[in-house]
Amino acid sequence: MSEASVRSDDPVNPTDNIDFTRAQVSPAFADLRKKHRSFVFPLAAAFLIWYLLYVVLAIYAPGFMATPVVGNVNIGIILGLLQFATTFAITGWYVAFANKTLDPRAAALRDEMESGVYAAERKG
Amino acid sequence: MYLADTSSVVLAAESTGETVGTPWINMTIFGAFVLVTMIVVLRASKNNKTAADYYAGGRSFSGTQNGLAIAGDYLSAASFLGIVGAIAVQGYDGFLYSIGFLVAWLVALLLVAEPLRNTGKFTMADVLSFRLRQRPVRIAACISTLAVTLFYLLAQMAGAGALVSLLMGISSKAGQSLVIIVVGVLMILYVLVGGMKGTTWVQIIKACLLIAGVAVMTVWILGLYGFNLSSLLGSAVESTGNSKILEPGLKYGASEITKIDFISLGLALVFGAAGLPHVLMRFYTVPTAKEARKSVVWAIVLIGLFYLFTLVLGYGAAALVGVEAIGNAPGGVNSAAPLLAFELGGSVLMGIIAAVAFATILAVVAGLAITASASFAHDIYTNVICKGKADPRKEIRVAKTTVVVIGLLAIAGGIGAQGQNVAFLVALAFAVAASANLPTIIYSLFWKGFKTRGAVWSMYGGMGISILLIIFSPVMSGSETSMIPGADFALFPLSNPGIISIPAAFLLGWLGSLGGQREDEIKQAEMEVRSLTGIGAEGAIDH
Repeated sequence: MSEASVRSDDPVNPTDNIDFTRAQVSPAFADLRKKHRSFVFPLAAAFLIWYLLYVVLAIYAPGFMATPVVGNVNIGIILGLLQFATTFAITGWYVAFANKTLDPRAAALRDEMESGVYAAERKG
Repeated sequence: MYLADTSSVVLAAESTGETVGTPWINMTIFGAFVLVTMIVVLRASKNNKTAADYYAGGRSFSGTQNGLAIAGDYLSAASFLGIVGAIAVQGYDGFLYSIGFLVAWLVALLLVAEPLRNTGKFTMADVLSFRLRQRPVRIAACISTLAVTLFYLLAQMAGAGALVSLLMGISSKAGQSLVIIVVGVLMILYVLVGGMKGTTWVQIIKACLLIAGVAVMTVWILGLYGFNLSSLLGSAVESTGNSKILEPGLKYGASEITKIDFISLGLALVFGAAGLPHVLMRFYTVPTAKEARKSVVWAIVLIGLFYLFTLVLGYGAAALVGVEAIGNAPGGVNSAAPLLAFELGGSVLMGIIAAVAFATILAVVAGLAITASASFAHDIYTNVICKGKADPRKEIRVAKTTVVVIGLLAIAGGIGAQGQNVAFLVALAFAVAASANLPTIIYSLFWKGFKTRGAVWSMYGGMGISILLIIFSPVMSGSETSMIPGADFALFPLSNPGIISIPAAFLLGWLGSLGGQREDEIKQAEMEVRSLTGIGAEGAIDH
């Protein structure tokens, strides 16, 4: 493949003869896109809200954050550590989802495209 | 503020004006790092033949290696020295600050890394201009890439000068300038000789050293307190005489302005990390989107552990070194981590930590230099000037020339910025990345109706608003800590523009796409199918 250009109308591009518009409207792709979006969008919104909630609590409710829980460990420290815990948990959850749900569907579509299921009619 | 609270505390050590530790040990360990990395870079350079080798390390790194390199790229000296110092001196607010840097990686994991790897080749602009008009979008993306990387680079170079006075006992301006020149020349050498492969290995070695060093200190401190976090916190309170260090508010709680300022900073951190061009470029160094995913997972684990360790180090420094000793040391807040290392393991451990801090600067600036040069050569030279028909060898030559120019600019800027308060530059880089880059990345990956005009409005708008707001902020003028303390044109009260510039950039991207020329629907279909399936993405190069 040519190194100089990213444009896919390169003569040597292996995806030249795929009809992406047909692939895009195929039920298999619609299913993959729906699975992907309905997982990542809500999760992204949730972690953003949870982070902002934490920041707003820290900024506007320092007294609440200072409430001791165990020894010198207060609610603020615990909520901060929970941000780490949820970040790790969301990472693990997404990876499990992607491995189980997204990867097999993406691979199946890729195989179909490579074997000419969505071949374009030769233009000119 | 903390000084008033702790004035009654008896000093453990009087260190005013003296350098703690042994400079020659620090320099020897640092020299060993440079030697080892140079050998690795030379070996890595043997297979640099094509543009994909030079820009993307032949796409042959594993997800694990790339995750380490991302951590090495992302954890700057400001993260290490700055956050440990911030926690030691400002307590909880330093911890609060660090969390944004980690959580931000979820944006990269969930929304950016894999589709970016599937649709781009070398630069951020590859993705942004995939289905839009090449010329205007590439130019805008390149300008924003250069702005973000230069702001970041300048902050690192100026930081290098300040670090020397602290770690190597060089306090003269000429001596510090010499060190800035050495850092700049090493950066140019790493990138010219090793390309992305060499840069990646420098980052991997640095990440291992940094995380190992910080882990050892963390276990050491926790060991001193019987692995009981509560007693470490108690000791920090006892040593500083200030129980407020365990709760939020010491820094950001000062006034209504500082409160909103922190929320603005938090937004820039969370939306900025996944828009940093030098981070995005790292995703092209792996063979597949699945490896890109694995890279982010490793990066999140390593960066998360790192910031957990800095929490222990920060409160450990407050407990063992003391706030006044930190404040009186030559590097101020930045000296907390090295002083803590001296307290624990004497000159040798301090030498290791000092050398790691320097290695950190080198690895980060090398990553920035290759990103800026790739964007100029690939986006402007090849795709705008030569309309996509440049000879790849010529393109690499342009990239290498750009590295030298950027290196010289960084050296000059670093020397010029000595003694200036340039810490705001890192926050500005994040703000520009969050406003100029991320909205356009998200829109072009996920919104079919996004148009060239929207991309251009969002990128220039986000960049322009961030920079203008900084110019008219207290960072530039109107207070004693401003860059121009004598003048007062601070019309905007916040030091962080994110809370205005990020929503504005999203809005501009949407507004600009309402009208304007129709875009190529076939390219949109191709981009969407590619981004989710990975068809047509370039794999690793065999040598």
